[in-house]
Amino acid sequence: MAVEDVMVEPWYMMQMVQAFLQAPVYHIVIEVLLIVWIIGLLFSKSYRIQERVQLTEKEKEDLLAEWKPEPLVPDTPEDHPALHPRVVSGKAGLKVVVDGKECLNLATLNFLGMLGNKRIEKAANTALYKYGVGSCGPRGFYGTVDVHLDLEDKLAKYTRTEEAILYAYGFATIASAIPAYSKRGDIVFCDEGACFAIQKGLLASRSKVVYFKHNDMEDLERLLKEQAKDDKKNPKKAAVTRRFVLVEGIYMNYGDIVPLPKLVELKYKYKVRIFIEESASFGVLGDNGRGVTEHFGVPIEDIDLISANMEMSLASIGGFCCGDSFVIDHQRLSGQGYCFSASLPPMLSVAASEALRIMEEKPGIFEELRTRCQWLHAKLSSIPGLKVCGEPISPIMHLQLAAPSSRAEDTKKLETMCNECMNQGVALTVARYLEQEEHLVPPPSIRVAVNVELTEDDIDHATAVITNVAKMVL
Amino acid sequence: MVLGGENTLSGSAPTANGHVKESNGFIPHSNGHVPQYKDDKIKKMSQESFEPVPLLVACLTYLGYGMLVLFGYFRDFLRKSGVETTHSTIERKKMKDFVPLYQSFESFYTRNLYTRIRDCWNRPICSVPSAEFDVSERVSDDGNWHLRLTGKSRRCVNLGSYNYLGFAENKGPCADAAAEALQQYGAGVCSTRQELGNYRIHEELEETTARFLGVEDAVTFGMGFATNSMNIPALMGGKGCLILSDELNHASLVLGARLCSTVIKVFKHNDIEDVERKLREAIINGQPRTHRAWRKILIIVEGIYSMEGSIIKLPDFIRLKKKYGAYLYLDEAHSVGALGETGRGVTEYWGVDPRDVDIMMGTFTKSFGAAGGYIAGSKRLINHLRAYSHSTTYACSMSAPVAQQVISSMKIIMGEDGTNRGQLRIKQLAANSKYFRQRLVEMGFIVYGNDDSPIVPVLLYMPAKIAAFSRELYQQNVGVVVVGFPATPLVESRARFCLSAAHTREMLDKVLDAISDVGDRLQLKYSLNSPVKAVSAEECYSQVDSLAHKA
Ligand SMILES: Cc1ncc(COP(=O)(O)O)c(C=O)c1O
Ligand SMILES: Cc1ncc(COP(=O)(O)O)c(C=O)c1O
Repeated sequence: MAVEDVMVEPWYMMQMVQAFLQAPVYHIVIEVLLIVWIIGLLFSKSYRIQERVQLTEKEKEDLLAEWKPEPLVPDTPEDHPALHPRVVSGKAGLKVVVDGKECLNLATLNFLGMLGNKRIEKAANTALYKYGVGSCGPRGFYGTVDVHLDLEDKLAKYTRTEEAILYAYGFATIASAIPAYSKRGDIVFCDEGACFAIQKGLLASRSKVVYFKHNDMEDLERLLKEQAKDDKKNPKKAAVTRRFVLVEGIYMNYGDIVPLPKLVELKYKYKVRIFIEESASFGVLGDNGRGVTEHFGVPIEDIDLISANMEMSLASIGGFCCGDSFVIDHQRLSGQGYCFSASLPPMLSVAASEALRIMEEKPGIFEELRTRCQWLHAKLSSIPGLKVCGEPISPIMHLQLAAPSSRAEDTKKLETMCNECMNQGVALTVARYLEQEEHLVPPPSIRVAVNVELTEDDIDHATAVITNVAKMVL
Repeated sequence: MVLGGENTLSGSAPTANGHVKESNGFIPHSNGHVPQYKDDKIKKMSQESFEPVPLLVACLTYLGYGMLVLFGYFRDFLRKSGVETTHSTIERKKMKDFVPLYQSFESFYTRNLYTRIRDCWNRPICSVPSAEFDVSERVSDDGNWHLRLTGKSRRCVNLGSYNYLGFAENKGPCADAAAEALQQYGAGVCSTRQELGNYRIHEELEETTARFLGVEDAVTFGMGFATNSMNIPALMGGKGCLILSDELNHASLVLGARLCSTVIKVFKHNDIEDVERKLREAIINGQPRTHRAWRKILIIVEGIYSMEGSIIKLPDFIRLKKKYGAYLYLDEAHSVGALGETGRGVTEYWGVDPRDVDIMMGTFTKSFGAAGGYIAGSKRLINHLRAYSHSTTYACSMSAPVAQQVISSMKIIMGEDGTNRGQLRIKQLAANSKYFRQRLVEMGFIVYGNDDSPIVPVLLYMPAKIAAFSRELYQQNVGVVVVGFPATPLVESRARFCLSAAHTREMLDKVLDAISDVGDRLQLKYSLNSPVKAVSAEECYSQVDSLAHKA
């Protein structure tokens, strides 16, 4: 498929044509004269900015021969954890077999226990024997299967938005959505604790990014005010500069919740559009699991775009964006990960549909989940030497060291703790980051994930194990 | 003007591809005339045809677009003055003080050109996308602004899906194995490779992939697009790196390169001379402004280009990269499985050592009937990616049944299932591709690309014919892909046929008749070359037949 530069070109052309048609006659005359003058200058020869150094052929050959590239990649440290991953065999449900040992699973983000659900497997199996595995094409070219349309409808209905759009990969969802709207010259106010997918989306958009302090609406308002001041100075530019705020519903890296009502207030005051990444809050917050809007009772129409992956609560693969058709439909021609990639395998689409149906049928499940989160949060908070980061109702909690020292040392300690817990039958994992590439690396932590199927006994058992291990390691 | 000149690798006479520089200059990709290959076979392999657009057709095409644009403005005017009703969605009232989300010139093309023919894209299907598929019928009640499903469907021959080896199947050993993996692991994963999403089946997939490709190690990801966009930054991070990228590279490669924040230079499509020139210049001049030497240089190319049907001149690229010390990134999305005697891709096609390519990338979406992608190469490279890839660190791992589909199909291709069914598929695809392309050329269509490519682009040029071609063939129960601007240059709208091992010769004959008929009615047989007689079907299919006898 053609390079996306080609995709961008027409708009510039269109813009030029328009500018040309709108320009007054004297303007065009002056420009033509200018061009003639410039051409004259170019050919007048007397003009030379800088004498170019002319290398002889021999010198060129020497340079070519001398050049030694760096190795393509450096050696990876032998003890890097990624080179010694734990091997899971079998389903990662409430119980999981890791390196041959059965553990209680507090590591996979399977909040609603949909991974391992028999009904979902059955539905996926039926779809497999109808559609095969791959869809063998992007959505534009016969990769749209009826089950995709069905899931998009269902998601839109469930979230009470006008339209939803599916992506085949969770990470690519928000990372494609951002550059579909925010372009060079636009401004994005982004929470500095935002996850990596958002950061990459911002980078791809080439917009100006302004980070505000994590979950700090005052800091955001301060920055918005500054921007408003700048806008006054240059109203022409301000009239074409789109503004966005990017936040997460529940922060993947911190487990806390965005103060949405205040944010919506700021939206209308400063005319910024709100994009929320709801991967960890969809299927978690709110009476019906609709996410952070339902949690705060904020009308979902006040949010310009909601994006979430289907790899946590729904325990499938892929992601979706939802919102007004006016906004969402644009991605069908501009979302890179949507247009230029094969669509989601139909069976995984069906798996997500079925999970959504279960959510619809069992609205009590979200309250149950939150109760479990609160239990676990309370228990973990009492462990000496550790600190729990995140809201009590968040299914993602970060266990940090109460008395941190250096990053490397802390990570090592937490790593040791995870291994030891695993030996004692509780699967945990350190939250992994690419430290060199994150905008702001969160403190080292064990990311604990809550599964709605956890019993009180499980929680007691896990707490006891972690307490013991903490005593031993710290 | 040398009309109908063919660009060939061996074209030693400069005039042979002089047409590229012709006044009309519509052809963006010149295939430079390059090193003389002595070997006749290689000469034949690098035979690629890009017949230039006939002048009259080019003029008419521009005229067509001009009319569409004029009418677009006229209709915009009618809409503004309320004569024509607007069907496009509008933003909520509450948002009227906000800076508009889109600018009106941005949507001009979509509103006035794309909408008229939008029914040619995104056609939903309701069956497995194998040799034939059920395409849902849609109608519009509002001038193509919205399309409504009628509930009926039409059984069409599938020339649109990327199903090269015919592994898009809803029964058989691959489906059964995938179902078993679904039983064992479930559909999702809910974790990353580096955390708790490293399944035994992923490791098996990677071992199999490395073995299949003949390299030390491989790492796999859940999406082909993301394989490029999330791994190139892990290879070329930091300042002082240079990326040389083919002008027709896929969006995912462009995005990946862009996310590196390094310098990117674009070279002419498959033009080895241009690469060498740019490479020399880069090394001699060093980095811009500081003239410090580059830290490393990466050349990014694809195996088969999916819009051109051209095959990368790999031996030349390998020679260059060795000579100058650059690294080579090869995206085999469309070539793995589809090229080479045993389906090992473009390295096997040219008979080069896969270890000479530094980064072998490919996807599982096309030849394996699954989803996802891989990167394969040296142990050291793969270790680095396991540790520092954006994907292994942050993205959910691959679904187990999807991984199993790849393992099963790959084993069949390698013959590890104890049959020659995989071999048969490869031969069938090769025969289908050859037969289909030659017949189209014989009919007088302008066909782009390499003789051995399973992707066969046929030029349509005029905007009105894009839709007409697609709709007419749909009426005759053939599902085809048509592409126009902006996915191609303005005057190079085309139809793209993807052959599959699942197609039988009878199917193709039927389709060819339909295409010929539509081609006559739409006057699409533009070629000014003297007619070439196609090789007989018997000859094309001889290898298949003999193999089938053995089975
Ligand atoms: C060259 C190339 N690379 C990568 C991709 C993306 O692969 P996938 O569809 O598996 O995301 C494609 C798909 O069209 C492609 O053509
Ligand atoms: C005229 C036109 N508009 C738009 C598109 C993009 O369509 P899609 O996103 O369905 O590939 C194409 C396809 O290449 C096209 O030819």
